[in-house]
Amino acid sequence: MEFPTQSSPYLPLSNDLNRLMVQVMLALIPGALCMIWFFGWGVLFNLLIATTTTVAAEAIMLKLRNRPVMATLSDGSAVLTGLLLALALPPLAPWWIPVIGALSAIIVAKQLYGGLGYNPFNPAMVGYVILIISFPLQMTLWSSPRGLEAEFLSFIDTLRMVFTQTLADGVILDGVTMATPLDASKTELGLNLTWSEILSSPLYGSFAGHGWEWINTTFLIGGVWLWQKRAIDWRIPLGMLSALFLVSLLFYIADADSFGSPIFHLFSGASMLGAFFIATDPVSAATTPRGRLYFGAGIGILTYVIRTWGGYPDGVAFAVLLMNMAAPTIDYYTQPRVFGHRDPGDS
Amino acid sequence: MVTILEQALKIHGGLRLDANKSPSLRAPLRRARIPERLFVPLSQHIGEIADPLVAVGDSVLKGQPIARSYSYISAPVHAPTSGSVIDIGAYPIPHPSGLKADCIVIEADGEDRAAPSGLRMDDVFAADPADIRQRVRDAGIVGLGGAGFPTSVKLNPGPGRDVELLVINAAECEPYISCDEALMCARTQEVIDGVRIMRHALHARQAVIGIEDNMPNAIACLRNGLDEAGAADIRVIAIPTIYPAGGEKQLIYTLTGEEVPSQGLPIDLGIVCHNVGTAAAVGRALVQGEPLISRVVTVTGAGVRQPANLVTRIGTPIAELIEQCGGYSDKVTRLLMGGPMMGISLPSDALPVIKTTNCILAASQQEAPQALSAHPCIRCGKCAEVCPASLLPQQLYWYAHARNFDKAQDYKLFDCIECGCCAQVCPSHIPLVQYYRFAKTEIWNQERERDKADIARQRHEFHLQRLEREKKELQERRAKAKKALNKPKAGNADSKKAEIAAALERVKARKASQSVAARNTDNLSEEQQAKIAEIDNRRASSTDENRP
Repeated sequence: MEFPTQSSPYLPLSNDLNRLMVQVMLALIPGALCMIWFFGWGVLFNLLIATTTTVAAEAIMLKLRNRPVMATLSDGSAVLTGLLLALALPPLAPWWIPVIGALSAIIVAKQLYGGLGYNPFNPAMVGYVILIISFPLQMTLWSSPRGLEAEFLSFIDTLRMVFTQTLADGVILDGVTMATPLDASKTELGLNLTWSEILSSPLYGSFAGHGWEWINTTFLIGGVWLWQKRAIDWRIPLGMLSALFLVSLLFYIADADSFGSPIFHLFSGASMLGAFFIATDPVSAATTPRGRLYFGAGIGILTYVIRTWGGYPDGVAFAVLLMNMAAPTIDYYTQPRVFGHRDPGDS
Repeated sequence: MVTILEQALKIHGGLRLDANKSPSLRAPLRRARIPERLFVPLSQHIGEIADPLVAVGDSVLKGQPIARSYSYISAPVHAPTSGSVIDIGAYPIPHPSGLKADCIVIEADGEDRAAPSGLRMDDVFAADPADIRQRVRDAGIVGLGGAGFPTSVKLNPGPGRDVELLVINAAECEPYISCDEALMCARTQEVIDGVRIMRHALHARQAVIGIEDNMPNAIACLRNGLDEAGAADIRVIAIPTIYPAGGEKQLIYTLTGEEVPSQGLPIDLGIVCHNVGTAAAVGRALVQGEPLISRVVTVTGAGVRQPANLVTRIGTPIAELIEQCGGYSDKVTRLLMGGPMMGISLPSDALPVIKTTNCILAASQQEAPQALSAHPCIRCGKCAEVCPASLLPQQLYWYAHARNFDKAQDYKLFDCIECGCCAQVCPSHIPLVQYYRFAKTEIWNQERERDKADIARQRHEFHLQRLEREKKELQERRAKAKKALNKPKAGNADSKKAEIAAALERVKARKASQSVAARNTDNLSEEQQAKIAEIDNRRASSTDENRP
C-alpha cells in the first residue's frame, strides 16, 4: 500500500494565526463597549469606517502585489489593525480621519514593507501618528464622556457630525466636546494649578479621568484574559506598566503637586490598550524573552516622558514607534543563552 | 564530577503531548511470525556500509553473519532466520531520502535453525572490556533508540577518559511509541544484564536509568529486577513526562543538571548514554548468545486494527506486521516509522523493519493531518518558549528563509536537535524544522565545496611551484652545460687529441663487434660459406681503401 509522505512533525498543530487574531478581537470587546458607553456612537462609526477601509486597502494592495487576496485577508490582521486604530481616534472626528489613518496604516506601514510579518512599525500607530501630526485640530474632537455632557449626541446627530461636521441647531461644538483628562491636566499644570486642585474638577473620577478609568480597567480585563489564553506574552505589558508605574511614582514622590500619580498614569489615555493590545504586536516588537521586558519598559518610560514634557496629549503611539525602531538592536543584545553554551556570545 | 540529582530537573520548553501509548500496551508483547522473505539492508547504522559475505544461492543459518565491514565505525548484519539468499541488490528501505539501498534477500526455510554464535561469555563480569566490545560489535548491535550508532564504539570511552556515569535512556518521550516500555516489563532480566555489562565494560562508577514518570509499571519492574539481581546501586529515576525529555542532552541535564557542551559529547562530562533497548540487546547477545536479529516494534495508530508490540525479525516487511495486527482500518492515511514528532514518513509498507525501527505508526487524518499552508512568521515567539535548546527559532527561520546561513550559524543553528516542538506550536503553520534541515544541508554542502576548492587550489599552487622549480633546474643545468662548453676552449690541445683518439677507438670497437655478429653463422652450406668469405674480403678491402 502506498502513502503520501511529508516532513516531521506530523501531529495536528496546536496554534492558529487566525484563532490568535480572533482572540485579540474578542478581548477588545469589553473595552470597546465601555468606550461606546462613555463616548457615544462616534466610537462605533470609527470602528466601522476604519475596519472597512483597512480591509479594502489590504485587498487592493494584495491584488496589486499579486498575492492571494482571500487567503491572506482571512488571517484577520487587517481587521485588527482597523479596530486598534479606531479605538485610538476621537469619536467626533470627521469620517475621513479614520479613512486616512487606515489607508496610511495598511498601505504605507504594512503592505509597502511586504505585508504581515515584514512591517518594522506598528501599522495602527503609524496611522495614528500621521493623523495627529497632520490634523491636530480634528484629533481633539473627543466627545464629552457620559455623565459630564451638556447634551449627549443621538445616533443621528453623531452621524451628521461625523459625515457633514455640522450639529443640530442650538448645539455648539464646545458643548459636545471636551479635552481628555491627560490633555486638560497638562494645560492646567501650565497654569500653575496643583494636582489636588486639578483633581477636584468633575473631569476626574475615582482614581483617574472620568470614564477613562473604566475604559482602561476593561482593557486591562481583556488583556489579562488574552494572557491567560496565552495569546500574548506577559513580558511586554508587565514591562511597560511597571516602568510607567515606577517612573511616575518617582516623580510623584518628589513633587506630588506637579506630577500625576502612578495610578492616574496607568488608567489614563491609551495605557492599558497600549500595554496589552498595541505594544504586544509581535511583528514590530522585540522577540527575545528578556528583550520584551526591555521593549515594554522603554515604551513605559517614553510614554511618561512624552505625556509629561512633550507636546502631544498622549505618548503611547510615539513611544511604541520609537521602541519599534530599537527592537532589532534589543533582540541582538538579549539573545538567550543556548543550551550547552556558556554565554550568549560564545560559539 | 557528575552527581545524580535527587529530584530530576525539568528541561527548558518542551511540550506536554498526549502519550497515546496505551492502545499498543493492551495486548502483551508477542513474537511476530517470520515472513517468507526478509529484506536485510546492508546499512542499518551510522558508518561504513557492510560488505556481503554471502552470494546468491547460499544457504544461511539464523544468526550467521551475512555482511560486515572492517571499518571501525560500522556494524555487521546477520541472517534473521535460516534459509537461502535469493538476491542481493537495491530495494527500497525506510530512509528519509526515499532511495533504494542494497539488501540481502533471504527466503526463509521455516526451520529457523540457528548458527553457533560464540558471543556468549560465561563470566562476563570478569571479562576484559575490549573482549566485551568485540563481541558487542560482532553481534551487530547499534543504538536502537533511532540513531543506529555502533554501540561498541560508544562502549569505548577512549584512552585516559574515565566514565563517571552510565545513563540508560528509557525515557521514550515520543507519543505512541511503547516498545521500550513493553521490553522493560517483559524482558526485565535482559535489560538489567545489559546495563550491568555496559557498566562493567565502561568501568562506570555510577549507573542510572532515566524513565518518564508515566510508566509506573516499567519503573516497578526495573526496581524489582535490580533488587533481585543485587544491583540496587543502579538507580531508576522517574523524570517529568515532557517531550523531548528523552533527547540525549536533555536527559543528561534532567538527571545531573549538567549541560553537554555545544558540539561536544557526553563523554566530555564523563558520561556515556545508551538506549535501554540497546542495553537489552547487549544482554541478549552476551548472556544468551543471540546477535541482533530481532527487536521490539510498536505497531499502533488509529490506522491499524489491533495495535500491539511485536518482537520482530529484522528485514520483515512492514505490511506483514500490519497484517499480524489485524490489518489497516479505514482511517489510515499516513504511515510513519518512529514517532509523530521526529519519525519519517514512509511512501509504502513494502519496506522492511530495520534495527532502528522502534515504531510503525499507521496514522489517521486526525492523528497526522495534511500540512496546512503557511502564513508569514509574526515573530510571536511561541517557538522560542518551547525550544528545549533555548534557541530563537523565529530568528533561525528568518535567516534560513533568507539563505543568510552565516547569521543562522550565529544564532546557533547547529544546536537545533530537530525535535519539532517549534513547528508544532507555530500559529503560522510554518514547517520550521524543514527550514533548519535545509539550512544545515546547504551549509554542509558549502563546506564540502569549500574543501574541494581548497584542495584544487592547493594542487594548482603545487603545480605552479613544480613548474617554477623545473624551470629553475633547467636553467641551472643549462648554465652548467654552458660552463662546461666554455671550459675546453680555454683548455690545452692534448685533451682534444685524446678525445678524438677515444672516439676512433669507439668506432673501431663497434666495427669489430659488427663483424663478429655477422659471423654468427654455423652449419652453413659450402656455397653459402664461399659467398660470405667473398663478401668479407670485399668489405675488408673496401675498408682498407677507404681508410684515410
